[in-house]
Amino acid sequence: MSLTHVIFGRLALHSLPFWSALQHPTLANIVNDTIASGAAGLVVVGAAVTVGLITYFGKWRYLWTEWLTSVDHKRIGIMYIVLAFVMLARALIEAVLMRTQQAFGLGGGFLSPEHFGELFSTHGTIMIFFMAMPFLIGLINVVMPLQIGTRDVSFPVMNSVSLGLTAAGATLVMISLVVGKFSTGGWSGYPPYTEITFSPGVGPDYWIWAVSLSGIGTMMTGINFAVTIYKRRAPGMTLMRMPLFTWTALCTSVLMIFAMPPLTVATVLLALDRYLGFHFFTNALGGNMMNYANLFWLFGHPEVYILILPAFGVYSEVIPAFSGKVLYGYTSLVLATMAIALLSFAVWLHHFFTMGQTAGVNATFGIATMLIGIPTGVKIYDWMMTMFRGRIRFTVPMVYSLGFMMLFVVGGLSGIILANPSIDYQVHNTLFLVAHFHNMLIPGLLFGMLAGYHYWFPKAFGFRLNERWGLASALCWIFGFMFAFFPLYALGLLGFPRRTVAFYNPIYVPYLAVAEFGALIILAALGCLVVQLVVSVRQREQNRVPGGDPWNASALEWSIAAPPPDYNFAVLPEVTARDAFMVAKEHGTAYLPPERFTDIELPRNSPLGMILCVTAAFATFGLVWHIWWMVGLAMLATIAAVIWHGFVRDYERVIPADKVRADHLRWLQTVGAIHPISRGEELAQENAGLADLHETAEAAE
Amino acid sequence: MNGDTLDNPGFRLSAIHHHVDREDEVRFGFWVFLMSDAIIFGLIFATYATMIGATAGGPGPKKLFDIGSVAIETGALLLSSFTFGMASLALLYRSGRGVVIAWLVVTLLLGLVFLGFEVHDFLTMFALGGSPDRSGFTSAFFALVPLHGLHVTTGCIWMVVLIGQMLRYGTDEDVRLGVQRLALFWHFLDIVWIAIFSLVYLGGLA
Repeated sequence: MSLTHVIFGRLALHSLPFWSALQHPTLANIVNDTIASGAAGLVVVGAAVTVGLITYFGKWRYLWTEWLTSVDHKRIGIMYIVLAFVMLARALIEAVLMRTQQAFGLGGGFLSPEHFGELFSTHGTIMIFFMAMPFLIGLINVVMPLQIGTRDVSFPVMNSVSLGLTAAGATLVMISLVVGKFSTGGWSGYPPYTEITFSPGVGPDYWIWAVSLSGIGTMMTGINFAVTIYKRRAPGMTLMRMPLFTWTALCTSVLMIFAMPPLTVATVLLALDRYLGFHFFTNALGGNMMNYANLFWLFGHPEVYILILPAFGVYSEVIPAFSGKVLYGYTSLVLATMAIALLSFAVWLHHFFTMGQTAGVNATFGIATMLIGIPTGVKIYDWMMTMFRGRIRFTVPMVYSLGFMMLFVVGGLSGIILANPSIDYQVHNTLFLVAHFHNMLIPGLLFGMLAGYHYWFPKAFGFRLNERWGLASALCWIFGFMFAFFPLYALGLLGFPRRTVAFYNPIYVPYLAVAEFGALIILAALGCLVVQLVVSVRQREQNRVPGGDPWNASALEWSIAAPPPDYNFAVLPEVTARDAFMVAKEHGTAYLPPERFTDIELPRNSPLGMILCVTAAFATFGLVWHIWWMVGLAMLATIAAVIWHGFVRDYERVIPADKVRADHLRWLQTVGAIHPISRGEELAQENAGLADLHETAEAAE
Repeated sequence: MNGDTLDNPGFRLSAIHHHVDREDEVRFGFWVFLMSDAIIFGLIFATYATMIGATAGGPGPKKLFDIGSVAIETGALLLSSFTFGMASLALLYRSGRGVVIAWLVVTLLLGLVFLGFEVHDFLTMFALGGSPDRSGFTSAFFALVPLHGLHVTTGCIWMVVLIGQMLRYGTDEDVRLGVQRLALFWHFLDIVWIAIFSLVYLGGLA
């Protein structure tokens, strides 16, 4: 083994994205390498510009002390969501690239099959693990502790570590754009294709370690959230008084605890096959890839509900708030959520109906799958009944919610169709399936996350987002989705296989052209979101909501200032009923100065999360490229950091009661000076976050 | 650990509650982690069960396993659970730091005896042509049993770290919580080992 190999492992000049075009300058190589190098350049330039700007403005210390080492659940949540948006941008551009390739794919198109394979693999991997998961975890982080009336999650440092591991995984996926090639095995990474025999490159290794890091981080998040909800609820907050969003956060956390281990097992066993010559999923010597299919989907199906339940929670907050009504059928919504969580473990086999089980087994899982439609239907009716005769305002979160309700039912219907094994045999592996799960995940998950982003943004940052750009974005998402994915149902029925780079039958062209048009509208939706953020930040002074309750809403997070103080609640609230803050407003007990303030203990900053982020990124990068010294050093550093953390004793800081009192009384004074606004005026500039209590009392009668 | 009967060690279902009990929360969190870890072991057990017959013409359990050595490992690990129990009792009745450390050192030595014999077993299997790259069966074996061994190794390192913390800080709240969690971990590994002993070794040799 040469010295270069010891130092650089498999890393060499040909790992760079423009190498093959330089060596073999054919037209296909030049086109593909230009796209890949452009993307790599974007990553490098983007990173360089970010670093440069931070240095130029001298913000490194601020970034380190206020954000990266912060263990405040609100800040960790915001960092998760920033990560989600960055990754969303990348994966969405990849989606548009794929749609464009297929629109011009009659007889070839411009992308090579390998390049296309990388695109659908990174698109799926990123959207699930580094967009959807960080987004919902971020939202839960910001909101759930406020809703249950506590000052932080149960394990704040572990929260930071979870973020660090997820960010390390995302970094690995970004690095794969610059050096080496990503897996072409799809987001599910099925062996034996991803085994060393068929994919000897670094691609599947990038996938394995990125996904493993995300999986471990998410499992810790699940433990953290579940323990927080079980142990840290404010006095009087019984389980059946929790806001629905917290309920869905709880069910999602329980799913994370039980569904992430199968993913870790699947990826680690695949890694053992690839690195040490084991025979779990190989073709030869007793390997059995069906074990992988079972393990992966034992994670994969509950994962679908990990993604969707928090979105259901968001809708259950948004719809009552913007209908001016109490949530209809609270108990049935709780039971439906728990039923979905339970059933989600009983349906995994429907992902491989065609892989050789008996008809009896398929029928059992088909029926179990259809059963999930029942609790989901209950939810849709509950939301509709919540809106019935309400004071509905078409704000951005409400527009997303309405778009969701209509489109999600369509997706659910196609799901019931797919749940029938005999139909599944006909359409499996076609674009019909692709249309179905995008129909569930875009209106279901993404609309929910974006609705939550608009709804809670004023709480997290203290000012409202621009409504007009938000509306433009929402409409682009809704209509772009319809144009992009409804043709895919037809294409699937016409037999167009999924993950296809090119085709030879012109009948597909018109449908693909419409889908391309839709993809461009979705790209415009992303553009609107960016513009909206810029405009909103510029106009922040006009849109401040220091009162903290801009939507006249009912859960506890609205009872405190916006943005909330570090310690969230000056005095922990006593809860006597569901919709605690609405009840307080109705009884005139909101905004009363507490009798007594006490010292507040808060966790100190910890660098552990960021240290583990860096060591995990180096360790996995070394594993991908077989740079063993790097793996060894990074592992040792990881262990050393964890041991060092065990010796830390001074991990709490105290905020004196006097300071809490002064801050809180000042805020109450601010609230007293705010002009309360009615529901009709909430989009006007006058909305400074105080609801017209008169109107609230009327609504109660 | 405290007299507040409304705070049960598991889910907090009661409404009357005015403070977060740190110890209770940390212990409960660790129980939840163990549940997650149990799923990992459960899945690898299931994978092993499907691959027992997948020897691909290579050596099977009867040729590879040495029940005598495994019996010693089992004895050492079960005994170490007992000695850890003694360490926990010493901590509970505040018998002094020295007594706790002494019992932990005994536990650690038994853990190392276990690991030593286990590594010896593995090397023997390698010599008999039963390395993990031989067949689906040996792969499954070397995913399951060494995973348990890796857990024991982690437990041993953790024990050394806790002894270090005890020397530095005495038996403060963090050390007590650490020992309680390690105790849960250690006994959990004992239970997993009993499953491995019964299913893998006794089942394989039956």
